[in-house]
This record gives sequence, structure tokens and C-alpha cells, in this order.
Amino acid sequence: MTSTNHRNIKYYFEGEVAGLLIFLIAVVVAFSLASPNFLTATNLSSMAIQLPALGLLTLAMLIPILSGGLNLSITYTANMSGLALAWTLQALGGPEAGVEVFVLGCALALTVGALSGFVIGVVVAYTKAHPILVSLSMMILMRGIGEFLSRGKDITGFPKFVQEIGQGAIWGIPIPMLVFIVCAVAWHIILSRTRQGFGTYMLGSNIMATAYSGVATKRNLIVLYTLSGLMCAVAGIVMLSQFNSVRVGHGESFLLITVLACFLGAADPFGGFGRVLPVFLALVILQVLSSGLNILGANQHLSTALWGIFLLAVVILRWAWWRYSAKLKWKLEEPNNE
Amino acid sequence: MARIFKTHPIETWLLVLIIVASVILSAFSEQYLTLVNAFDLVNSISINVIFAVGLLVVLISGGIDISFAVAASVVQYLAFYALSYLGGGNWLIGFIVAGGLGIMLGAINAGLIHYFRVISIVVTIATFNVFFGLLMFLTKGVSLYDLPDWWTNRIIVFEREMASGSWAELTLPAVVMFGAISATWFLITYTSIGRQIYAFGDNPEGARRIGINVVAVQFIAYGWMGMMAGIGGLMQAHFMQEIVPNALIGRELDVLAAVVLGGAALGGGRGTVLGCVLGVLLMAIIQNGLNLLGVTPFAFKAIVGVILLLAITLSNVSFNELRVGLRMESTQ
Repeated sequence: MTSTNHRNIKYYFEGEVAGLLIFLIAVVVAFSLASPNFLTATNLSSMAIQLPALGLLTLAMLIPILSGGLNLSITYTANMSGLALAWTLQALGGPEAGVEVFVLGCALALTVGALSGFVIGVVVAYTKAHPILVSLSMMILMRGIGEFLSRGKDITGFPKFVQEIGQGAIWGIPIPMLVFIVCAVAWHIILSRTRQGFGTYMLGSNIMATAYSGVATKRNLIVLYTLSGLMCAVAGIVMLSQFNSVRVGHGESFLLITVLACFLGAADPFGGFGRVLPVFLALVILQVLSSGLNILGANQHLSTALWGIFLLAVVILRWAWWRYSAKLKWKLEEPNNE
Repeated sequence: MARIFKTHPIETWLLVLIIVASVILSAFSEQYLTLVNAFDLVNSISINVIFAVGLLVVLISGGIDISFAVAASVVQYLAFYALSYLGGGNWLIGFIVAGGLGIMLGAINAGLIHYFRVISIVVTIATFNVFFGLLMFLTKGVSLYDLPDWWTNRIIVFEREMASGSWAELTLPAVVMFGAISATWFLITYTSIGRQIYAFGDNPEGARRIGINVVAVQFIAYGWMGMMAGIGGLMQAHFMQEIVPNALIGRELDVLAAVVLGGAALGGGRGTVLGCVLGVLLMAIIQNGLNLLGVTPFAFKAIVGVILLLAITLSNVSFNELRVGLRMESTQ
């Protein structure tokens, strides 16, 4: 038991996590020195309000990436789930709707999200089609259905408590942030402690070998895309309560940022490797960069460019580190070769 | 016929789908099978096809490029300023400048991918954000309207008045599209470097060991994509008669869907120009047909999505395998 713990601690604090943590601290120190407004309660809470929507969508992207795929339909699935909740609220009372209607709407939203993921999973599992193509068609489909049913309009007019959920806080922590943390922990447990999670990593490493070792790969694929869809629905519900409105196209620009965050968090683009904690840290770093630059007077577009440069810098550093350690290993092994 | 089905299954499938769709559409709409509509269709797909054949080469080489649509917007702005610096320019200079700038942006991707051993999807998602972020930041989202006259004047290459009085016109982008198609087809089918791109995409390590210059292959593949992005950007500005910084963003996924639908493998080594063009054409025909049938534009995307999902499922599923798969599943 002790040895396992020891290994776990080493596992968590070496490599990626340590690197990202050091970088996070460096960025925070730099911004606090550059501006007195950075390390204030207002800024911290505004960061905690902005982070969850992107964070939840990134979690939805992470599991398919670990399995060696992608889910490009996440943003529109989140929108469709939000629409399902919005219509339930509107149909059953509008501004006067009760909490039970909200719960029913959330259940419907989760069903919509899960269904979208389920269809992707079934098509990916039973045809040889690449997940990028399948989820791309699902994205076009979700956007299409959403635009058709909502006519591209904003849907508003929800009961007051919905907004209070989205903008309220418990013990000073915004509720969306709490939702995000709970979801991240759940994702961590699913990936590291369940058969489904283990199978997902194995799928990403070598799908044939996994199938031949007796893992139900098709079922695993279907479940993992369904989970991804469920997380989209959570993101959709959070976005609805934060903006107090739903529009198809909300958060559209998050799509490729979620992939960027996963890669920053050292998820392998081919699947098989990657964990929730580094991805969480990567998200916090992205948010700190964006909020810090905002305080210094730059706009979101400059942050977007910097996010891209940051990803490039990280992968180049990883490459340099890999070369360095390979050389080191070679030098250490050389005497044995002689 | 049976032989073609075996050697080019996806192309034949797409052709069958296009013919079926055309028969249905011409039965429901008199306008569908007219020269005017056919030319409209060709004009409207030209920019996407130019992008698509560029992306095809990258996909064959085993990579992927997400950044090309944004790169095309960057080229539009850079070309605008370069051309006004050169005193206005003309079509020849325009093509050289736009193509050259595109090649440079493609070379950035290729350099990062090759020299730092980074996976193409990581690099191009990063450069996608860098290009778009910097473009929006530096231009402050302002569009350009005062393009030189030669750039915006419509050029009609072929026209004919129909009996109904409407004109069937083939415009410049369509001709450039045919040029891009033939050049790409020649490159990947008849040149040594083209065959090397296939070999590299199929097995990079094997290609390196038989002495293929892998640096050249990567730079040519991404350079070709960049050139097509630049030329596509030039054509899009010509078509719209204005340059808008976020006009092309989002196009990358539509084009990617069409190219992969056309049989290009995301792992590399597989893909044909014919399949790629048919993929774009099928998506365009569906949209065009829905338009002619009077379906509300709000429903277009939903119907395209359903058809795409069905097409993917049908063209990828082998029923024999499905049966075997189910049997395996039930014994578990």
C-alpha cells in the first residue's frame, strides 16, 4: 500500500504536472507584478466564472481523444441540450416555472446530449468510419436541427432562479466552477478507477490488441461517446444558466480551443495517454493568460494567438526534453554496449 | 464496371449517389437539369474544390491541416497590402503573390511538423489560433472594400443565352478550379514526388528507409496546400468583391468532411482527386437541390447532416463484417 502511494505521488508530481504547475505559478507571478488588479477577488471570481463552459467542453473532448478519436460535435450538442432545457422551461410556465420543471428540463437536456454521443458511438463502433468524419456530420446535423427549430434566434425568458444558479456562489466559489470541479473529479475516477476508463486507454493504444484481449471494444466506444455527449449536455445547461439565454452557435469558437487544451495537458493526439489533472491545469493556464492580458488591455483575439503560440512552445519544449533525455540515456548505456 | 467498383469503390459509390440524387431532383424540379443551374453549381463549388484538392495532398501524405481556411484569410490581407505596394498589380502578379504567401504559411506548418517532430493536427490547430488571433487583432476585424478593379471585376469565360432568356455563365473561379484539379491530379498521379507523397503517407519510416527525401515530401505537401489556400483566398475575394477577416473561418471542417467523404484516408496513403471532387460535388448538389425544392434554408444543415451520416455508414459498413462482429459480441 505504501509503495503504491509512493508511486502515485511520484506519478502526479513528475513531468507534465510539475512543468505545468511551475509555468502556472510563473504566469500568475508575472501578471501580479504587471498589474495590481490581477490578484484581486474580483478578477479571481471572474476567472472562475469564465472557465467552466470551456472546461466542461474540454472534458467532453478529452475522453474521445484518449480513445484515439475526436468529438467535433461538442459545441452544437451543448447548444441542442441547452435548447431542450429552454423549451421545457418555456412550455411549462416560462418565467413562473418551478424547480421541478428545471429538473425535468435538465433530464431532457442530458438525454439529448447522451443520444447525440450514442449515435456517434454506434456509427464509429459498427463502421470503420473515422470519428472525425462521424462527429463532423453529427456537428452539422446538431447545428442544422438547432438552427431549424430555433430559427437562429436567442431563446430567453427563464425563471429567476436559473440565473441565480448560473451566477450564484457557494462559499465564495461560483456554482458553475463547482459543477466543473465535480465533473472533473468524476472524469478522473471514471478514467483511472473503472473498467470503462481502462478500456478507453487501451482502445487508444491499440484497438486490435484490445479487441483480441477480450475487451468489448464496440460497447466501450459507444459508452465513451455517450459519456462525452452527457458532458456536453452539462456544459449546455451551465451555459444556459450563465448567459440566461440559448442560441445555436454559442461557444462555437470553443471547439478547437478544447482540442488545444487537451494537447497542452499532454493528451496524446493518437490516444492512449493523458490524464484529467494536467488538462485541468492547462485550462487554468489558458484562463490566466486570457484574463491577465485582458487586464493589461489586450483583447481576446491576442489571447487566442498567444494560446496557439503557447501550445507550439510547449510541444517544442517537450521535443527538446525528449531529445535531451534520449541522449542522456544513450550516454548512460554506452559503457554497457562496449 | 464491376472492376471499377472493386478498384475505386468510394468513387463509384459517390457517383451512384450523385446520379440518384440528380434523377430525383430533376423529377421534382424543372430547373435542376438546366445548363444555367449546372454552371451555377460549378461556379459555387469552385473555391471549396480549390481548397479540397490542396487538403487532399496533405491527407495523402498522412497529415491533416486545420489552418488552411484561416491561412487563406491571412493571405487575402497580406496580398492586398503587397499588391498596393507593388502599385496595383494584375492577375498574374496576384496569383504569384497569393500563391507565394500561401506557400510560406504552409512552409511554417511543414517546418514545425518536420523539425520538431510534432503531430500535424497539434501544429495546425496551434497555427489556426495564431493566424486567426493575430489577423483579428491586427486588422481589428475591419473589412477591406477598396480592392483594385482587376481583382473584383467579374470575368466571364463562357456564356450562352438560354431559350428562357437567362444566361448560363462560367466565371473565372471555375477555370481556376479546373486548373487546380488538373495540376493536383498531375502532381499526385504522374510525378515521382507525387508517388513519394503516397509512399510517405502509407509508411513514413519505410519511405525514409528506401531513400525518399522526407523533408521535401512534407514541404511539398504543406506547400501545395498553402498555395491552394492562397489561390482559393484570392478567388474568394474576387467572388465576394471584399475581404472580410472571418469570412472563411469554419470552412476548414466543411472541406475536410467533403474530402474524407471522397475516400481520402485520415491515416494517409489513400485518396484520389476524382473522389475528392465528387465529395464536394455531392454536398453541393444536396444544398442546391434543397434550394430548388423550396426547402427552408434553416433545414439545409440538418438534412445535409443526416445524408452525411447515412453516406458514411453505408459506404463504410461491410455487412458481412457486421454479422461477424455481432456474433463476436454475443459470445463475449
